[in-house]
Amino acid sequence: MMNNGSGQETKLLAALYLAQEHYGWLSPEAIQQVSGRLNIQPGKVMSSASFYSLFKMEPQGTYVIQVCEGLSCFLVGGGDSLIGYLSERLGIQPGETSVDGRFTLEVVQCLAACGSAPALRVNDELYENMTPESIDDLIETLDMGDY
Amino acid sequence: MDRDVSRSGIAFQPVLTKNINRKGSERIQIYLESGGYQAAREALTMEPDEVIEQVKCSGLRGRGGAGFPTGMKWGFMPRDANTQKILVVNTDEGEPGTFKDREIIEQDPHQVIEGVLIAAYAVGATRAYVYIRGEFFLGVKRWIKAIADAYEFGFLGSDIQGSGFNLDMSIHRGAGAYICGEETAMLESLEGKRGTPRLKPPYPATKGLFGLPTLIQNIETLSCIPHIIHNGPEWFSKIGTKESAGPKIFSVSGNVNNPGNFELPMGISLEELIGDYAGGVPDGKKLKAVIPGGVSTPILPARALDVRMSFEDLAAAGSALGTGAVIVIDETKCMVEVTRRISKFFAHESCGFCTPCRIGSRRIFETLDRMENGEGRLGDIDLLLDLVEGIDGHTFCPMGSALVNPVRSAIQHFRAEFEHHITHKTCLVPNKTPV
Repeated sequence: MMNNGSGQETKLLAALYLAQEHYGWLSPEAIQQVSGRLNIQPGKVMSSASFYSLFKMEPQGTYVIQVCEGLSCFLVGGGDSLIGYLSERLGIQPGETSVDGRFTLEVVQCLAACGSAPALRVNDELYENMTPESIDDLIETLDMGDY
Repeated sequence: MDRDVSRSGIAFQPVLTKNINRKGSERIQIYLESGGYQAAREALTMEPDEVIEQVKCSGLRGRGGAGFPTGMKWGFMPRDANTQKILVVNTDEGEPGTFKDREIIEQDPHQVIEGVLIAAYAVGATRAYVYIRGEFFLGVKRWIKAIADAYEFGFLGSDIQGSGFNLDMSIHRGAGAYICGEETAMLESLEGKRGTPRLKPPYPATKGLFGLPTLIQNIETLSCIPHIIHNGPEWFSKIGTKESAGPKIFSVSGNVNNPGNFELPMGISLEELIGDYAGGVPDGKKLKAVIPGGVSTPILPARALDVRMSFEDLAAAGSALGTGAVIVIDETKCMVEVTRRISKFFAHESCGFCTPCRIGSRRIFETLDRMENGEGRLGDIDLLLDLVEGIDGHTFCPMGSALVNPVRSAIQHFRAEFEHHITHKTCLVPNKTPV
């Protein structure tokens, strides 16, 4: 479909997603792979990859929990209070991964779910109208999941 | 989507969201049953210039925040039939407070594809790229299915509906960067680069994706197109106000009983939108402030609620319609904390390319963070205003200067709260939500 001589660059973000899915994070090996496959210099691959917050430059937990700290979430009891609750419950600070490798806790900006705030994401799934109680239920469900 | 028009004096039938509550609304069969793709068939029998003329006459202005007249933007695309042209579909909704585009793409992707088809035909673009926010996983799935179905039913591909017009469409996931909603940053990102805005001119209509003439449009804007073609530009321009035609999806969030997306005519009063549609402020609390168009727009105090939600009325009231994302703040919230949060967003999302935005947003956040934590210093308000002055109009792209709006307006309307934070080291707000 490409007939405008745009080269391989336009595939870079998609390739980084694939590599991240395969390796779990964008390890030096993953960057090399993408670089080799698309014939783009590793430095250029790193330059792009490091710009975007969904590309991970270090290993991630099985479940990456992203809690929104946007204004609308904060106004209805989300943000810091839910982040604090999760942090205590999981025993990790935002940005950290639990020792058993199960959970990574992240603080993120708006998830475009302001009408059903507070919101968070676990991997690719959006969870809305969260409370400490529904967070407990969610963690229990994840705990029972295959690992 | 919640709406109760009975309380409003306006008898308004939803246009853009009419299918959203139908079961399976994302499927092409449901879209076709509800009259979908008729407008595209009609458009394909018209001359492209005629389509552009209809969009111009409708008065449609872009729904992504800037409000630029859509038909005029289409008119900027070169006429040369031998040059390949591109249409980019901006699905990178990230303005805090805004959640309308996500609902459209998840619930009614074919309405957008039909809009894309008509827009592409009008400007002669044969290639469409959908740039979707990386976080919109359900949206990505629905888009992929919708594009495949549109090919199968002959609304994408070669010789669409026997018209001789060709259009290919593919989807590209962003990867978490607010700045990529800025159209030239989006082009950089589509080319696989860091999402840093480009110098303008040249504008994308001259030199866009891969150096080719490119039209970039927001999801809600494109959703309006089939209805303009099918019902006529006069019908569209009669909805709303003189300078803000058509229906608009308002996202209401924050301290309201009934948050959500509400499709209403442009020009609905902000008071009615919050009080009647979004159910007012909960727990008998008073409304203190409203951000009427997403965090990039100036904050309005409660006394300014009697304003119509249109480009011209909100500009006259000292704010802006932006994306139509209304964030309601009740009396128990501290405005220093609200402003701190907004500044943190801008500091986090600065692409880092230009100094006023990169350093300015960081300094503003640090100053507000200090005040919020009881370490404010005398002169901090002047420092904030000075930083704002240094940013305003001095950034490489409009997103950098956007932070100026909430900070300046918060100090203007709620200066006492900032002063109290500095002199008393605590909040003026008694029942402040614990942080």
